Amino acid sequence: MNKPLRRIAIFCGLLVVALLLRDNWLQYVQADSLNSRVENRRVEIERYAHQRGDIIVDGKAVTGSTVTKGSMYKYKRTWKDGPMWAPVTGYASQAFGATQLESLNDSILTGNDDRLFFDRTLSMFTGEKKQGGNVVTTLNADAQKAAYKGLGDKKGAVAALDPKTGAILAMASTPSYDPSTFAGNSTATDSKNYTKLKADKNEPLLNRALRQTYPPGSAFKVVTASAALENGLYDSVDTPTRSPLPWRLPLSSKDLPNEGNLPCKNATLVDALRVSCNTVFGKIGADLGDDKMRAEAEKFGFNSEQFTPTRSNASVFSKGMDKAQTALSSIGQFNTAATPLQMAMVASAVANDGTLMKPYMVDRLTAPNLDTVAKTNPEKQSEPLTKEHAQMVQKMMEAVVEKGTGGKGAIPGVTVGGKTGTAQNGVNNSGNPYAWFISYAKTDQGSPVAVAVVVEDSNASRQDISGGGLAAPIAKDVMAAVINSKK
Amino acid sequence: MSVVTNTTTIGAIEAPSRRNTELLMLVFAVAISVFAYANVGLAINGSLPSGILGYGTGLALLAAVGHIVVRKFAPYADPLLLPLATLLNGIGLAIIWRLDQSPLLQQARHFAPAAPNQLMYSAVGVGLFVGVLLLLKDHRILQRYTYISMVVAMVLLIMPMFFPAVYGARIWVNIAGFTIQPGEFAKIAIAVFFSGYLMVKRDALALASRRFMGLYLPRGRDLGPILVIWAMSILILVFETDLGTSLLFFGLFVVMLYVATERTSWIVFGLVMSAVGAVGVASFEPHVQQRVNAWLAPFSKATMAQSDQVAKSLMSFGSGGTMGTGLGQGHSDLIGFAANSDFILATVGEELGLAGTMAILVIYGLIVERGVRTALAARDPFGKLLAIGLSGAFAIQVFVVAGGVMGLIPLTGMTMPFMAQGGSSVIANWALIGILIRISDTARRPAPTPAPSTDAEMTQVVRP
Repeated sequence: MNKPLRRIAIFCGLLVVALLLRDNWLQYVQADSLNSRVENRRVEIERYAHQRGDIIVDGKAVTGSTVTKGSMYKYKRTWKDGPMWAPVTGYASQAFGATQLESLNDSILTGNDDRLFFDRTLSMFTGEKKQGGNVVTTLNADAQKAAYKGLGDKKGAVAALDPKTGAILAMASTPSYDPSTFAGNSTATDSKNYTKLKADKNEPLLNRALRQTYPPGSAFKVVTASAALENGLYDSVDTPTRSPLPWRLPLSSKDLPNEGNLPCKNATLVDALRVSCNTVFGKIGADLGDDKMRAEAEKFGFNSEQFTPTRSNASVFSKGMDKAQTALSSIGQFNTAATPLQMAMVASAVANDGTLMKPYMVDRLTAPNLDTVAKTNPEKQSEPLTKEHAQMVQKMMEAVVEKGTGGKGAIPGVTVGGKTGTAQNGVNNSGNPYAWFISYAKTDQGSPVAVAVVVEDSNASRQDISGGGLAAPIAKDVMAAVINSKK
Repeated sequence: MSVVTNTTTIGAIEAPSRRNTELLMLVFAVAISVFAYANVGLAINGSLPSGILGYGTGLALLAAVGHIVVRKFAPYADPLLLPLATLLNGIGLAIIWRLDQSPLLQQARHFAPAAPNQLMYSAVGVGLFVGVLLLLKDHRILQRYTYISMVVAMVLLIMPMFFPAVYGARIWVNIAGFTIQPGEFAKIAIAVFFSGYLMVKRDALALASRRFMGLYLPRGRDLGPILVIWAMSILILVFETDLGTSLLFFGLFVVMLYVATERTSWIVFGLVMSAVGAVGVASFEPHVQQRVNAWLAPFSKATMAQSDQVAKSLMSFGSGGTMGTGLGQGHSDLIGFAANSDFILATVGEELGLAGTMAILVIYGLIVERGVRTALAARDPFGKLLAIGLSGAFAIQVFVVAGGVMGLIPLTGMTMPFMAQGGSSVIANWALIGILIRISDTARRPAPTPAPSTDAEMTQVVRP
C-alpha cells in the first residue's frame, strides 16, 4: 500500500503548495489593488488614525481634531465656526467621506502625501507621532465674517477675490451647515444629522458660491459693455450710443422693456449702465451677435469650470442663439447663468485693468513642522479687456455707485465701482428675483478686492428685492473688511 | 534519521524515542504562543495583558500533561505532532483573545469573550487526547468497532438535519445549551469505519474487476457501498447545505479507496462522481449557487449585497502584505461575527502577513505529512488506512477552509483545525492527533527481541 500512500503524500503536499501560491498571489501580487478598493474601510480607518492636519485662515486653524473613544476611527474632525467655513473647507466625515478642501488635500492632511516623505522619515527617527500637514488658505477671516453675517438668514452666496492675484478672500454660502454635526460615524447622531441635511429642501450642503448658477441679470451688462468696447462698437463711454427707445427685439413683435421710465434714448454707455438700460445693452448684444458676445464672455471665464482647487460649475453663455436671444442673454437673462465666483471674476478683471487672474484659495501646503511643501503662484488666466477699455468700464461702474443704482455699495473715502442686478427667476418671472451686486474697491495702492453677492429668495416682499437694496450692503461690508484688515 | 530506521520493516536496532526533542519543541511552541499573547496586549493596550500568567501556565500545563502522557504511554510516538498541534492551538488562542478586544465585535449583539471558552475546550481536547492514549493501548482495537463506527458516523451526520439552520447551514446540534458540530467527530468515526471495511474488502475491490477502456471497472456489488457514500454526501449537501462536510466525506473516501485498492480507476470514479454530484446540486441548490457566485466574483454588487465576507477576507489578506500589520494592529474584525471562527486565517493574513500565513500553512502541511509518514511506517493495513484517513481528512479540511477564506475555492463554512474558535473542532482534532500518535507509537516501537533459543549456538567461523 505504500505506493499510493506516497502519491497521497505528494497530493497533500500539492494542496499546501496551492495554498501557499494563492497566499503569495493575494498578499504580494494583489495586495496593492486590494488595498485601494473603495469597499476597503481600512482607507477610512487610516484617514482618521492620526491627528489630521488643519486648514488655516489668517494664521489660525479653522479645523481641529478630537480623540474618539470606542470607535475604530481614532480621531474625529472638528470645525470652529463650522457653518461659516463649510463652503471653504467642505466636510470630512468618518461615515460619509470628505468634500472640497478636506477631500482635495486629503493626502496632505492625513500626512500620507509623498511630498511629506522627508518629514515622515525624520519623525520616524525622532519618534514623533505621525501627523498630517496643513493647508494654508488665501481667505481673509474678517471678509468671510462680514459676508456670512451679511447674508444672515437669507439664502445666497458671496465670493470675493483679490483682483491682482486671483486669491479668494471670502466664500460664503447660506443656509450653511456645521460639518461637526456629522463628522463621526454614529448612526444615532451623525447619520441622523446627515440625512436631515441631505433631505433639507434649502440644500444647506450646496456650496452656492461655486456650484450654483443663477441668471446674472443686469450685472452681466458689465460683460456686454466690455464686449462693445473690445469689438470697437463704441469708441467712448461718453458719446451717445444711437439707441432708439423703444427698441424692438430683432425678428420679433415685442419691445424690450426697461425697468421703469428710464432716460435710455441715445444714452451714453456711462448713463446706460448707471440706470441699467435694457434697451442699450440688448441692442449691443444684437449688434455684436452671438459669436462675439460669447467670445468675450468666455474670456471672462464663462463656459468652463474653474478649479480653485475646488471645482466650480461652468457658467453659461449659450452658443447658436439668434439675435433676439442674444439680446436677452446680453442683459443676463434667457440662457445666461453665472456662479457668484464667475461674477466676482468679472468685477476683478475690470478692477485689475483688464487682466483676469486665475482664482485660487490655497496659498500653500505645509508639513506638520510648517515647512512649505507646495505654494500656489498667481497665474494670469486671460485678458478680456485692454487696459484702456478696462479703465473705461471702471468709470462706468464707479458712476453706478456714485449716482446710480448701486449707491448702497459706497464706502466713504474709497473709490467703489459696482453693478446691480435683479434677475428674473422662473417661468414668466414667477419666482422671487435674484438680487445681484458685483463690485470692486480701489485705494491708492490699486484694487484690493472684488466681490460678487447674490441673494435669492429672501423674505423681503417682491418690490423690495433689488440688487442695490439687498446685495450691495453685503458687498460693501465685505470690501470694507478687506480694506480695514490691510491697514 | 539513521540508516537503520526503516519505514516498512522492523528495525534491528531500537529507534531513538525522540521524547526530549518533543519536549524542546513544546517549550518552543508554548513560548511563541505566550509571546504572541503578550504582543497582542502591548499592541492594543500598551501593557502586558493581565491574563498572561494564567494563559501561559494554562497552555504550558496542557503541553506538559500531553508530553508526560506521551512519554509514559506512547514513548516511540512521532515527536512533532504534539508540539505542532500545541503551537497552532496556542496561536489560535492568542488571536481569538485579540479579536475579543475588538470594539467593533464587542458592539455586536450576543457578544461574549471567546478566548476563555476556547481555553477550556482546549483543556477538554487535551483531556480527550490523554484519554485516547490511556484507553487505546493499541489502535487495532478500533478494528472491532468498524460497523459501530459506521452507525455512529451516520447518526452524527444526520443529526443536524433535525435542528434549525444557523447562518444558512445545518451543521450544528444544540443540546441543553451546548452547541456541537457533529461533523467534526464524524470525520474520525468515518475514518475508522472505512479503515475496517476496506481492510477486509480491499482484495475484492482491487482484483475482482473487469478491464474496460483501460480502466478497471469494479463489480456491481463492490460498487454498491461507493454509490451509497456518494448519495450520502449529496444528501448532506442538499439537506444540511453543508458543502464542506460532504466534500470532506467524499474526498476521504476516495483517498482511502485508492490507498486500499492501489487502483487509479477508483480516483477517476471518485472524481467523476463528485463532479456529477457537485454540478447537479449546484444547479438547483441556491445556497451552493451563492457560494459559487461569491467565489467567482467576490466584489460584484450582487455578492456584496448578500454577503461581503469573502471580499472583506480578501481585503484583510491584501492589507497584511508581506510582513503584516503586527498582532493586534490590523482590522480583520471588519469581517464581523465569523472573524474568530471560519475566517480566523484572515487575521493571520492581515496581522502576521504573508510570512506568518505561509508559516502557519506549512505547520498544517507538516502535521499532514507526519500523519502520512505514520501511515507509511505503520505495519498493519488497518493502521495504515486509519492514519492516511485521518491525515487525509485533516489535509482536506485545511485546504477547503484556507482555500475558501483566500478565495481559491468556494467558501464552505468549516473551521481551521485547532486555531478557529469552536469547541467541537478543538476537541475532535485533539482526539485525532491522539490516535495518530498512538499509531505512530505502535509503528515505531521496536519489535520485541526474539526469545533466546536454547538451540542457538555461535556460528563457527572457520578460517583457512
